[in-house]
Amino acid sequence: MNRFLIADRAVDIGALRETLLKPEAGGFCTFEGWVRQTNDGRLVSAIEYEAFAPLAISEGRSILDEVMERFDITAICAMHRTGYLPVGDLAVWIGVAAPHRDAAFKACRYVIDEIKRRVPIWKREHYVDGQIEWVACHHVG
Amino acid sequence: MPRIELEYFAQLGEQAGRRAETRETSETTAGALYEELRAAYGFALPAGQMRVAVNAAFRPWTQSLKEGDHVVFIPPVSGG
Repeated sequence: MNRFLIADRAVDIGALRETLLKPEAGGFCTFEGWVRQTNDGRLVSAIEYEAFAPLAISEGRSILDEVMERFDITAICAMHRTGYLPVGDLAVWIGVAAPHRDAAFKACRYVIDEIKRRVPIWKREHYVDGQIEWVACHHVG
Repeated sequence: MPRIELEYFAQLGEQAGRRAETRETSETTAGALYEELRAAYGFALPAGQMRVAVNAAFRPWTQSLKEGDHVVFIPPVSGG
């Protein structure tokens, strides 16, 4: 079980969670990334996400493969949105099921950190004052 | 001269004024093609702050290019 999705519309998170329900798992950890109303002191109205989808999906799958090898987990799924997302919308969802909680927490953290570091997705912030800007990077290269 | 399929994302799309194009070039590597485009469109970022994908896989800047290759320059990512 290893799925990485790029979605251009809202996804049924309950359905993603259900794919991770396994009898051998005793712990389940999720991370959700939401569109926040401020960034660096500026009022944000929405974030627009753009992805180079074929490479984002293959890089995302590589991350999930790494996680399956590194941590004692049972199943994992991750989803990243593209398109125009107003404040409060879900931009990222990661779910990890594992026999024990420690690996589930660690795997979840690893996936969001690596998504931010290397998956070709970019965000453009729309501000309440009408300005629109591509956001400076989290990381270089 | 080989024709290269280019797709532009994020700030590169804005700076190039287009999302995609087919371009004939005499340059033979991904790095040299980026410099050609940087001169043409005024891309702000130096290659050292970017990555490049050829046919939807990350490649080194020294990657040689051939007819029909699909090239995407990857500015620093900001997902999440």
